[in-house]
Amino acid sequence: MLKVVVRRLLVMPFLLLGIVTATFLLAQFTKGNPLVSIIGARNLDNAEVVAAAKARWGLDRSVPERYAIYVWNLAHGDLGTSFRTKQPVLKDLAQRLPATLELVICAMIVGAAGGIALAIVSAEFKNSLADHVARLVALMGSCLPVFWLGLIALFLFSVQTRLLPGPGRLDIRAVAPPVTTGFMLVDTLLAGNVAGFIDAARHLVLPSLVLGWSVMGIVARMVRASMLDVLGQDYITMARAKGAGRLRVLVHHALANALIPALTILGFTFAYLITGSVLVETIFSWPGIGSYAVEAARSLDYPAITGVTIIGGLGFLVANLLTDVAYAAADPRMREAT
Amino acid sequence: MLMGPTTHRDVRPRPRLAGAIGGFFARLGWRQVPVMFAAVVLVALVLVALTIPLWTPYDPIGLAGRRLQPPSAAHWLGTDALGRDVLVRTLFGARYSLPIAAVVLVVAVGIGVTLGALAGFLGGIVDNVLMRLADITLAFPPVLLAMAIAASLGPGLVNTALALIIVWWPIYARLMRAQVLNVKKLDHVDAAIVGGVTPARLLTHHIMPLCWSPIFVNMTMDVGQVILLAAGLSFIGLGAQPPTPEWGQMIAEGASNFYCWWIALGPGMAIFLVSLSSNFLGDGLRDVADPRTRQGG
Repeated sequence: MLKVVVRRLLVMPFLLLGIVTATFLLAQFTKGNPLVSIIGARNLDNAEVVAAAKARWGLDRSVPERYAIYVWNLAHGDLGTSFRTKQPVLKDLAQRLPATLELVICAMIVGAAGGIALAIVSAEFKNSLADHVARLVALMGSCLPVFWLGLIALFLFSVQTRLLPGPGRLDIRAVAPPVTTGFMLVDTLLAGNVAGFIDAARHLVLPSLVLGWSVMGIVARMVRASMLDVLGQDYITMARAKGAGRLRVLVHHALANALIPALTILGFTFAYLITGSVLVETIFSWPGIGSYAVEAARSLDYPAITGVTIIGGLGFLVANLLTDVAYAAADPRMREAT
Repeated sequence: MLMGPTTHRDVRPRPRLAGAIGGFFARLGWRQVPVMFAAVVLVALVLVALTIPLWTPYDPIGLAGRRLQPPSAAHWLGTDALGRDVLVRTLFGARYSLPIAAVVLVVAVGIGVTLGALAGFLGGIVDNVLMRLADITLAFPPVLLAMAIAASLGPGLVNTALALIIVWWPIYARLMRAQVLNVKKLDHVDAAIVGGVTPARLLTHHIMPLCWSPIFVNMTMDVGQVILLAAGLSFIGLGAQPPTPEWGQMIAEGASNFYCWWIALGPGMAIFLVSLSSNFLGDGLRDVADPRTRQGG
């Protein structure tokens, strides 16, 4: 187990170097001019301003030189300075990471709970109407474009019926709590602001449902398959023979074992959640990493784009690592094998 | 019987592809509703995409009526902020999304299959270099990589396609490599080597024909994924640019006219239908290609 973890950690710097190199090479083919986002289009005719900006941002240096400086800084934990916000990229990302994490964690809970519930229904009533409906519901989540679903959800629940609030993390008129963790749910509670907590929770409902539904399909498919596998085993027959009720067999006897193989898709769903959160954050004006990435990409803010990509890759690696660790912890056979 | 150098043809397995396609249609009963549904949707969309310029009542990028009209008899899905017919634009959208998915998958599969087959067949340093390249690409969430690439290349449909190809080829390289490694162990390969075939012929005529079925299943499933991601990139402004009637781009227009829900309805449903169909079709294909997964396992 430890070997796997160490090997993965050792490979990471090379992966990072690879992506930095690739992004750098790609940026050389670009048609857009990053100076537009640094000094604005109006100043482009002003040779003095352009020269000053180029010198200030290192754009007058050669590509290999810029590459070497970037890699050197990266090795020291410096992702450079954003062209657009003029702040260190790492600071920008640190500010925005909690919002994304809060959303992704809530969506993961929705996706896992919903997916497992659907899978149990599917497996228990295999090949019946209930099974087909449950599978269709799960599949729809992965086929509906999240950005469209977000729009429709906002329109139906926020505009038409006013059941839930609109975009953002808090009501516009509300005073944001002092930032301690960056998680709105935690910060409002720490500030003793119960109304704020409820407001934050209500703002989380739509985006996490939309994002959660998009990963429900993967979870449900995987859990259903392993549930069917487990339900065919002798100990289940034994439990049934001893008179355990249907629900008890499903939840008490089968589910725990069925979830172990399903753990392997945790890392995989992370990729989907990131994809989804980029789009969901855009729709719900969520001030997280996803919307930051979109703004950066639109304005050719290379340090920011590269920074987000690197952080995303790191996150992906951590998710895969956690998956391996969780898998080993849950299945004793794996622990001994590695 | 004389064993001559030409008898290696006799031990060559029959390509399973033709048999798989034949069996696919043979098993396609009326109970296979999802597959039928998918086939109807996709065939209809392809026909529409090919023929729509001949029978369209309105110009997809020209004025068709008053601005921001809700659905009516004249405009079934209403009109957008520039008075263009949403239904006509949605149907024209198939002329962008379907070819993009096709081009991305054909090129990505072409590159992936070639490199994956070489990696699996040759092994050693070629395998190492190619697979580390694939690892680097797969180590990043696809959307971020595609965004970084699309942003670097500049917005546009061609660049979106290019970004998606870069994101997608390693999946097929890995898949093909694993297949080749499996097939390489089979007896008929040894027989062919004894029969004296050249390595190139061994790979293309004796190994690769047996490797295709998971590739095709994956390709079918990925049609929906490619269309979703391409539309997502257009939605955030990195793909198709206005006034192109591309689905993601149209949903972005719908988002900026938030209260007119009908603008985004057509393209959203279109993406959903294509994506759902590609999943249904992929599931059906997999059941035929691998009987073990039948019974919805």
